[in-house]
Amino acid sequence: MTPSVPDLMFYAFAVLILACGALVAFSRNIVHSGFALLGVFTGVAGLFGLASATFIAAAQLIVYVGGVLVVILFAVMLTKGIGEPRRSNPMVHPVPALALSIGLTALCVLAALSFHGNAPPPEPPDSVAPLGDALLGPYLLPFEFLSLLLLAVLVGAVMTVRKEIKPGKEERA
Amino acid sequence: MTLHIGLSHYLVVAALLFGLGLVCVLTRRNAIGLLMGIELMLNAATVNLVAFGRFLQNGVSGQVFALFVMVLAAAEAAVAMAVVLAVNRSMKTIQVSETVHLKE
Repeated sequence: MTPSVPDLMFYAFAVLILACGALVAFSRNIVHSGFALLGVFTGVAGLFGLASATFIAAAQLIVYVGGVLVVILFAVMLTKGIGEPRRSNPMVHPVPALALSIGLTALCVLAALSFHGNAPPPEPPDSVAPLGDALLGPYLLPFEFLSLLLLAVLVGAVMTVRKEIKPGKEERA
Repeated sequence: MTLHIGLSHYLVVAALLFGLGLVCVLTRRNAIGLLMGIELMLNAATVNLVAFGRFLQNGVSGQVFALFVMVLAAAEAAVAMAVVLAVNRSMKTIQVSETVHLKE
């Protein structure tokens, strides 16, 4: 039984995600970690595409690669002295942290493997139109709350980073 | 075990990615490093949502919640980076073990 092309693509994306994720987690240089996030986000977008969630894949590329990653890289490069590998990321307690993470991950993997065998992949649906119907139908209220949240985030982020012009008149909370 | 990709494959990849994010959060003292770990964990959760929605329900609910997670992650990144820059400007450091005061 030879693996099909989507299967090979799945493994390629999985290897990309895990390799870049390991680089993010273990690199001593925070700039390298930031750029490795690019591989993680792209690989996750590929997994979304393989799971026939094409709109989510495109949104992942636009929002994460085009937005979040750029914000993170700006923050890394605007922060003085962060690029020095020695003081950028000292390990706190590596042994208990690694033990806890490995234990929890093993638990998650065991739980994931219990789903084995129940999934002959069903027919891929046309996903974008039902997605829009769902967003404006049963999920309308959370959708509108999210737009409110985004507005609040926009104002809050600008208020947080703005320069104080008149410190005496309007004290920062 | 067949070679075909099923639900468990997605879940295993997501679990390993979540573990890497957890390591990143637990071992870094740098605030931006912490946020990178949180992004990894959010991505792992999103993969789980999409995979469950695809394989168990074959509808769009999983994708809707993946979109919600994505929006929340973007909002979190924007606010967190604003806070990091503000803290860096006033305290000259972003090591979370050194920024223990809320005011100067």
